[in-house]
Amino acid sequence: MNRLEKKDRLIRLALLVVAFSAVSILVVITVFMFGQGTPVMFKYGLGKFLAGSDWYPSEKSFGLWPMIVGSLYVTLGAMVIGVPFGLACAIVLTEFSSRRVRRILKPVIELLAGIPSVVYGFIGVVILVPFIRETFGGPGLSVLAASVILGIMILPTIISISVDSIEALPPAYRAGSVALGATTWQTVRMVILPAARSGIIASIILGMGRAIGETMAVIMVAGNAVSVPGSVLAPVRTLTSNIALEMGYAAGEHRQALFATGVVLFVIIMVLNTVANLTSSRRRGTRR
Amino acid sequence: MSLDPRLTQRLAKAVLWAMTVLTVAVLVFIIVFVLRKGLPVIDLGFLTKSPVDMGKGGGIFSTIVGTAALTALAVLIATPLGVGTAIFLTEYTWENTVTRVIRFGAECLAGIPSIIFGLFGFILFVTTLGFGWSILSGGLTLAFMILPTIIRTSEEAIKSVPPVFRTVSFSLGGTKWQTVTRVVLPSALPGIVTGIILSIGRSIGETAAVIFTAGSALRLPTSLFSSSRTMSVHFYILAREGISMSRAYGTAAVLIIAILLVNIATYRLMNRFIRKYS
Amino acid sequence: MREEGTTAGAAAVIRVSRFSHYFGGVRTLDGLDLEVFRNEILGVIGPAGSGKSTFLCALNRLNDLVRGSRVEGRVEIEGEDIYGPGTDVIALRRKLGMVFATPVPLPRSIFENVAFGPRMAGVRDRAALVGIVRDSLEKAGLYEEVQDRLGTSGLKISGGQQQRLCLARILALKPDFILLDEPTSGLDPISTMKIEDSLRRLKKEYTIILVTNNVKQAARVADRTAFFLEGRLVEAGPTAKIFTAPEDRRTDDYLRGRFG
Repeated sequence: MNRLEKKDRLIRLALLVVAFSAVSILVVITVFMFGQGTPVMFKYGLGKFLAGSDWYPSEKSFGLWPMIVGSLYVTLGAMVIGVPFGLACAIVLTEFSSRRVRRILKPVIELLAGIPSVVYGFIGVVILVPFIRETFGGPGLSVLAASVILGIMILPTIISISVDSIEALPPAYRAGSVALGATTWQTVRMVILPAARSGIIASIILGMGRAIGETMAVIMVAGNAVSVPGSVLAPVRTLTSNIALEMGYAAGEHRQALFATGVVLFVIIMVLNTVANLTSSRRRGTRR
Repeated sequence: MSLDPRLTQRLAKAVLWAMTVLTVAVLVFIIVFVLRKGLPVIDLGFLTKSPVDMGKGGGIFSTIVGTAALTALAVLIATPLGVGTAIFLTEYTWENTVTRVIRFGAECLAGIPSIIFGLFGFILFVTTLGFGWSILSGGLTLAFMILPTIIRTSEEAIKSVPPVFRTVSFSLGGTKWQTVTRVVLPSALPGIVTGIILSIGRSIGETAAVIFTAGSALRLPTSLFSSSRTMSVHFYILAREGISMSRAYGTAAVLIIAILLVNIATYRLMNRFIRKYS
Repeated sequence: MREEGTTAGAAAVIRVSRFSHYFGGVRTLDGLDLEVFRNEILGVIGPAGSGKSTFLCALNRLNDLVRGSRVEGRVEIEGEDIYGPGTDVIALRRKLGMVFATPVPLPRSIFENVAFGPRMAGVRDRAALVGIVRDSLEKAGLYEEVQDRLGTSGLKISGGQQQRLCLARILALKPDFILLDEPTSGLDPISTMKIEDSLRRLKKEYTIILVTNNVKQAARVADRTAFFLEGRLVEAGPTAKIFTAPEDRRTDDYLRGRFG
């Protein structure tokens, strides 16, 4: 065999090792998290851990329920805001705007995807929270504030992935519908959206994942009270905030409980990711 | 029948456009608001002097250095790993279980929230490996965070190199590795660099993962093991603790401008890339 | 099918015996027996899908790049079994240069295109490369047209020039054989003519196999012609004979355009 071919074999081996880095990092993270977190979960009872309402680490009471509900409410709120507006933008960008408009809007939206979450949180604190407090009452730091801010933050995700999915559709779909005399809106409603459905759903699920995982912005506007929120104006603490707020000073079992929170979060997101992957790859099946 | 479809369309169009304009307006407003309050604070002194008195005075120089150091380290670690993985997945194997596992791993990594990376980085680098709160811990953690992005964009870039180029190289007696380094990578370079720049943008704005691994020391970092505060972390602390609103705005403005520049660079690169090959 | 009428005194430099090729379960070449003689131009004709390109790619083992590629039988090039263990495939591919149907210049300068092969083979000396590039471009009949702009991108010259650039590219490796797979199918008549002229010149130094969809091209250029059909060699022999008095009915049908 040629000397160069031998070198080729070695390189392939080296690259194989490198390629496993992504997987091994994931494995290490998972192992660590579960290793640190699960003992505490089971020591105090998994049921009590997930469904208990009392989070008093100093008294060894670890009930995550308020935080689980908090994450849920806030994420749902974010979807309520982010999905309609995101889809509207996506549709306008792909169907109802000229090329020039598109060329300006698309970069702007992608730029906004890059704004740090702390800046969003800051705006929330400085403008949104007082507004809510004055207009609707309550402390201002609330589910509503967190939902709005998160909704805004996930807009770029939903928009760009939906736009990509719509643009990936064969032009024949549009042409066929228009040829039958349909208006653009009818085409969108009856042809485009159903056809791009799996991509759009994937974008929504990814947006959801992002909302659940967001920490800094939420800490700044949500109030962080450990209680199940009674209304949208009530303060709330999410799973992510829980970890970030207490990690600085947690020790021993408290710290492990925070890892356990991480485990819960991790599992939720893994499930979401897998669903998103399955939905989009089923459609993208012929990619390669 | 119901309404005339043209009427429905006009209505739908109006509603959708209204929503879009509202969305864009909100997003633009955020940037304008921060810049308006923050730009006046920025002057040469702000950028070249380190924070004084817990950030009440002085500038943000040490945080700029911290951000740069962390980002540089993350990119230096993640790029060879990410590009190497992408090369392996596209050039050295065909689709099989192995590649699917690797790709699944990368996709999962992409979805993990930054706070969990922070947690993980804290327990692995700061505590177990004993690096403490340091640029090293932060850089390593950030590297893992940006790895999936680099893998994904590098893969896309490599896959878009026309297959004939490879055939030509092989027919001229090239080995796999020669083909990769002399034909594929040079052509894929713009796309790969785009991914790297995108990751830089993300690293600059990252807070949750950094605050628990690199710490928040205000001093100018002296080594990889120094703790250091990044601009995002500095901004967060200033804002949350109410230390100095004006400096908070200033820091935010610098952050936004930095990310703006990164985005512009990415766009220009991508356009050059597209123009060259289509 | 056996072939007839070899040129007296010429040596067979390629001997293909009972050679079959498969992509996975699909057979693409079926029991080929064929000889190629030194310094001749062998034309390979046949309808689309008859295995002509696969045959060419079997000679320089470019088929190996496709997963599931499998062979049976024997191919001897200058006495060596090219599918035997220990074959240096890299050297083989340098020895048999291939020009493809669509000109594919690499996205670099004309100079770098031609220097690409030698660089990979380890030639580093700048002066040597300059000499090689000039030589190869001259042999391909392109040097005069581009000598003052060797630095321009290979993508910026015309289709015919690009194809000659591809020819120069393989000549830079000093091959013994030139394999061409429908090299002029996308080119205008003048470029086609220029390439055919180059081939006539080049056969003094090289052995050339020219796969072509255009039977008239084979008639113009080839010394011997082989007719492929559905992966089999139907017949092969001196071009004049094949075109005027083919032995097989199917050859006659194809040449007259009754199918194809």
